[in-house]
Amino acid sequence: MGPVKFATIAAVFWGIAGFTVGLIIASQLAFPALNFDLPWTAFGRMRPLHTSAVIFAFGGNVLIATSFYVVQRTCRARLAGDLSPWFVVLGYNFFIVIAGTGYLLGITQSKEYAEPEWYADILLTVVWVVYFLVFLCTIIKREEPHIYVANWFYLAFILTIAVLHLGNNPSIPVSIYSSKSYIVWSGVQDAMVQWWYGHNAVGFFLTAGFLGIMYYFIPKRAERPVYSYRLSIIHFWSLIFMYIWAGPHHLHYTALPDWAQTLGMTFSIMLWMPSWGGMINGLMTLSGAWDKLRTDPVLRMLVVSVAFYGMSTFEGPLMSIKAVNSLSHYTDWTIGHVHSGALGWVGYVSFGAIYCLVPWLWNKPKLYSLRLVNWHFWISTLGIVCYISAMWVAGIMQGLMWRAYTSLGFLEYSFLETVEAMHPFYIIRAFGGGLFLAGALIMVWNIYKTIVSPSEETEVSATPALVPAE
Amino acid sequence: MSTASPDHKDVDAHTGTATTGHEWDGIRELNTPLPKWWLNIFYACIVWAVGYWIVYPAIPLATSFTKGVIGYSSRGEVTQELADLQSARAPMVKALAGASFADIEKDPKLLTFARAQGKAAFGDNCAPCHGAGGGGSKAFPNLVDDDWLWGAGSLEDIQQTLTHGIRSADPEARAGNMPAFGDGVLKPVEISLVSDYVRSLSSLPVDKAVDLKAGEKVFAENCAACHGDNGKGNNELGAPNLTDQIWLYGSDKVTIAEGITKGRGGIMPNWGGRLDAGTIKALAVYVRTLGGGR
Repeated sequence: MGPVKFATIAAVFWGIAGFTVGLIIASQLAFPALNFDLPWTAFGRMRPLHTSAVIFAFGGNVLIATSFYVVQRTCRARLAGDLSPWFVVLGYNFFIVIAGTGYLLGITQSKEYAEPEWYADILLTVVWVVYFLVFLCTIIKREEPHIYVANWFYLAFILTIAVLHLGNNPSIPVSIYSSKSYIVWSGVQDAMVQWWYGHNAVGFFLTAGFLGIMYYFIPKRAERPVYSYRLSIIHFWSLIFMYIWAGPHHLHYTALPDWAQTLGMTFSIMLWMPSWGGMINGLMTLSGAWDKLRTDPVLRMLVVSVAFYGMSTFEGPLMSIKAVNSLSHYTDWTIGHVHSGALGWVGYVSFGAIYCLVPWLWNKPKLYSLRLVNWHFWISTLGIVCYISAMWVAGIMQGLMWRAYTSLGFLEYSFLETVEAMHPFYIIRAFGGGLFLAGALIMVWNIYKTIVSPSEETEVSATPALVPAE
Repeated sequence: MSTASPDHKDVDAHTGTATTGHEWDGIRELNTPLPKWWLNIFYACIVWAVGYWIVYPAIPLATSFTKGVIGYSSRGEVTQELADLQSARAPMVKALAGASFADIEKDPKLLTFARAQGKAAFGDNCAPCHGAGGGGSKAFPNLVDDDWLWGAGSLEDIQQTLTHGIRSADPEARAGNMPAFGDGVLKPVEISLVSDYVRSLSSLPVDKAVDLKAGEKVFAENCAACHGDNGKGNNELGAPNLTDQIWLYGSDKVTIAEGITKGRGGIMPNWGGRLDAGTIKALAVYVRTLGGGR
């Protein structure tokens, strides 16, 4: 067992945990009695548990596992340091346990996606700096003359997350023995810093990092060259430059000054094509290998993830337009948007990478069952479709109900009526989430059976056998 | 699959495009030019953004920011929208303020307006306790029936309740409590007897072994002062009619006995300071049309 294997297993474990908690809170929204009137099981504590588990625990371990794997393969260099990679993997997972148990006990900074308190933040800072150094030093001692594009994205992700984490979390503990601290930022500045962080957690953690995964696993699995080197350069730098400005679109029509709202919105619009550059490069890499989608459900998962990426990076700029945002903001449309990116893009590219990695890492000839991957794919696709379409309908309906006026100039619906109208869609959403979890459980079984299957006995022959063209 | 081109870069056989000549772990990259449509849309977005910066507030300066050529501000926008709404409502709001309840009942236009305003205010302020349709729930009266705990359900009565509340902090609040008879006034056995008697007033089934005469005696000595000799209640004191099969807390013996033992005293907030007089007037009209008077 090495750190990459550990992080792969941890990713699968946290994925199931995070999806399960997601299903629980989705059910709580549909049926509030499921809060059980206990502080530890209440929505308010479970929701950050869900978001942190899926983003940081599942996504983070996928990123650490794949980045450590990819950087070694594409640099032809062993990871820098002997204990440091282990320190990164174990330290990161220890951070997750500390943060998650804290949420259940009610310990939180109350900053979305940055809930861990000061002591957990310090631990993460140390771990993250080591992660950065391990990755950077591995690149420095590479045997290849050039740095592969996937590593640009991984490095941008690691570096920017460090900056974001430090910028958003400076706080002063009540005492050295207290878990409680106060953030140094206040008022609208705090809101601005928070969403500069929050939006770039999406931009650099859930986008740049996972684009790194895409740039290695799609060409590898499709056995085709990356579509365009030039596009990868331009979309990399434009994505990095544009994303960092887009945060204020989370604060439209608030106390945030208009000029900042304008910049957030216009940079979000300009971000559309840089995002789509990644989609084009991912999809067009399939050129010459489209037929593989029929026979290889793992590649299909990877490609569909890129399609979801394209869809949510069109929807995002659309929702950042102030006129659209005045309808969509605070509604479940936002939740639908997030999940088309989270389930469709991040989830699928991660599953695809895990399905590739497990046989490679454990030295198995192939996955236990491609048929089960196919089941995973279709069940979870149905789940995603149920989830996001329910949230689109619910969110837009909610937004329209909130703003509906009668001809006499009074609000048509009370808030209560809008909540009642959401109920059926909340049930559909929970059902969709259940399907997504079911698909992931199929993956767990498949991976388990792959790992315990007999290892590859014969050495891989130096020259691949000739296969006649179809 | 690939052949060397003159500049020593591989050419991909399928696409006919040259690679960059590098390879990482078996992965190569084509040197495909940027898609034209992609580049054009990217440029168009940038041009649009720059145009937007000119038109709208955009660039921070030392102590201020560029205001944009059309002078837009989101605060200005919402102020304007609220002003438009208020001016659209203004004639009817003014008419409603000057009208008595009798005027409102006579004028269909005014009545429609008052009900519309009342419905919106009800949804945001009253529905959390009384239900979206005014159907009430345990401890929160049903407003759809024609049974009134306080007053006769006239518009003035409802306005009074809305403005000053019931057992609220308002000095003019409607006051009157169901005392806690369990605090040394009645013995548990007496509470049990009178609970059964109260059930019998509404023709609810009572255990045959129960001595209803004894219960009636307890009732006459302790309850009749407020609820009346016949249990028909007193809506000056907020003492509910016990004979009409309408129950605020519940009709089972345990709930009745609990009320007698511990007392009851639900609070209706005084909305006088929170809602303006016109809205309260409209709410009174709306609530009255839900149930009607006695």
